[in-house]
Amino acid sequence: MATREIISTGNELAAIAAVDAGCMFFGGYPLTPSSEVMHVVSDLLPAVGGVAIQMEDEIGGICAVIGAAMVGQRALTATSGPGMSLKAEQLGLAQMAEVPLVCVNVMRGGPSTGLPTRVSQGDILQSKNPSHGDYKSITFCAGSLAECYTEVVRAFNVADRFMQPVIVLLDETIGHMHGKADIPTVEEVKAGIVPRKQFTGPAEEYFPYQCEHDEPAVLNKMYTGYRYHFTGLHHDKNGFPTEEIETCRKLIQRLEDKVALHEDEVESYEEFMMDDAEVMIVAYGSVSLAAKESIRHLRAEGIKAGLFRPITIWPSPAAKIKEYTDKIEKVVVVELNIGQFHSEVQRASSRLDIAGLFKVNGRALSPHEIVAKVKEL
Amino acid sequence: MAFNYDKYLRLEKMPTLWCWGCGDGVILKAFIRAIDKMGVNQDDVCVVSGIGCSGRFSSYVDFNTVHTTHGRTVAYATGIKLAQPDKLVVCVAGDGDALAIGGNHTIHGCRRNIDMTLLIINNFIYGLTNSQTSPTTPQGMWTVSQKAGNIDPTFDTCDLAIASGASFVARETMLEPKKLEKILIKAMQHKGFSMMEVLSNCHINLGRKNKMVSAMENLAWIDSISISKKKYDAMSEEEQLNLLPLGVLKQDLEVREYCEMYDEIKAVHQGKRKKITQDDFTKKI
Repeated sequence: MATREIISTGNELAAIAAVDAGCMFFGGYPLTPSSEVMHVVSDLLPAVGGVAIQMEDEIGGICAVIGAAMVGQRALTATSGPGMSLKAEQLGLAQMAEVPLVCVNVMRGGPSTGLPTRVSQGDILQSKNPSHGDYKSITFCAGSLAECYTEVVRAFNVADRFMQPVIVLLDETIGHMHGKADIPTVEEVKAGIVPRKQFTGPAEEYFPYQCEHDEPAVLNKMYTGYRYHFTGLHHDKNGFPTEEIETCRKLIQRLEDKVALHEDEVESYEEFMMDDAEVMIVAYGSVSLAAKESIRHLRAEGIKAGLFRPITIWPSPAAKIKEYTDKIEKVVVVELNIGQFHSEVQRASSRLDIAGLFKVNGRALSPHEIVAKVKEL
Repeated sequence: MAFNYDKYLRLEKMPTLWCWGCGDGVILKAFIRAIDKMGVNQDDVCVVSGIGCSGRFSSYVDFNTVHTTHGRTVAYATGIKLAQPDKLVVCVAGDGDALAIGGNHTIHGCRRNIDMTLLIINNFIYGLTNSQTSPTTPQGMWTVSQKAGNIDPTFDTCDLAIASGASFVARETMLEPKKLEKILIKAMQHKGFSMMEVLSNCHINLGRKNKMVSAMENLAWIDSISISKKKYDAMSEEEQLNLLPLGVLKQDLEVREYCEMYDEIKAVHQGKRKKITQDDFTKKI
């Protein structure tokens, strides 16, 4: 893979990635610690003929993004926890109407206003079900500067494949980290773009929501002669509201199955020194960097520790987690919340003895804290 | 020959969900005739609606149509318009939709002056959800959420739009569909944000408990509270107090449209012009 070296921050890399991936629209609202994403796209997008608009509120930001995506553009919004809470209802509409978009959430301390400038990973469960109702979220979590770039690029392609929002979680530490990143060249990214499917037959034979039980809607670009209807209501094959029992059931089951039956297409994780590991640390985001450092210390002391890092958080790599937890006795989930992914590891492993190291004071976890916890196991 | 609406209607969706005698159908027909007179291709129009009785407007007309969430119509439409500014974007919202839950988007849509039309169907009540108070429900009227009588002061939709900076503001009633059609054309042809309020009836959920049990009684009340701008302007402040002026209340052709202004931003970032400064604007503060 052809790469290039950039010295930048996580937030800036996420913004650059969006534009390289063909994003032409940004709608958002200032929110610490994500605002730099908006600052950067507001320069980059107009330069390539796109639009970045600061809306009147968080809700307006995502509404405009969904609107642009309905027209057919790749579109981005960026925010943090309070903004995610406000955007939740619209994310639900995008799930229901199957409108692809990318939403970057740079996590800060919560709940409520919380710790605006401090790190947290408290939005793991929120990203699974931000809105009411049933649907299957897709959420990625960047664990390095380079991934702030690559995961946003991947998110755009996956959003168009599954026709739904994809959330990319950064945490404040990764978002504001400044350093060197090896990222793919623009040519490489452009070559990897998979645009959303379009129907090319006659308009009278076009039914945007008539698809296989595990496939997404095929939404043609607006103003191309295929007139149809978007709605957040339960809808039929044309997108028109319906309460017909079987149509309603099939629709919601399809929203689940289009992702659930294709999890392999989005699954992503990193295994670090797991080959001979006798202790498994599960960590993601910035915490995984401290975990890697702690593993070097532990191994120097003769403790064979390894890291399992989910990159796709939802749907979680549950089968892989179980494979490891079946053979490794000592497992500890390390995260900046009170066990949000820990509960998922417990579920996936069917084990209730999974250890946890949790921190919720807005400060990063240090390698020696992880070392100390592993030694306790 | 009578106008044939079939081309513009999704006939398989008929009859509408609107109650017998509802003004929404009259407004829908006026809108269709206006579009037809303008000669715009159906493929080049996007109709965006919110939640409420008016929310169903978009599903009945054969254009590119978007039924959004409650109150967010203008915000969705902002993305739709900016993504392809050469197309006609029309928002349809109710009084609760556009003035209560979506009030902020209405204000900022007016302020931004993005080229779209916001058609607010004002029936003075939350009709679809059975008679709750809306920001335009007159004080003293019965609502299901204020059975002792509504004490909440009312919004004047047009005053709000004017104060927020909309470059075209008009009010009509569904009592005069021909006039409505004419002003709708003006609103849609206006380059900039046009807000068009249409007073309509809800004899079912406003009228029934407020001594206007039939559509005719409800409409007679609308007629009694509205008057042409010309007559209104000639009145004393005291006479104006309980009346709403009808017609085009504001049209500013000087103020720059947002998509065009955004092209200037693109030009700056593409090195085609110098940075935008205060000198580019007549108004400095």
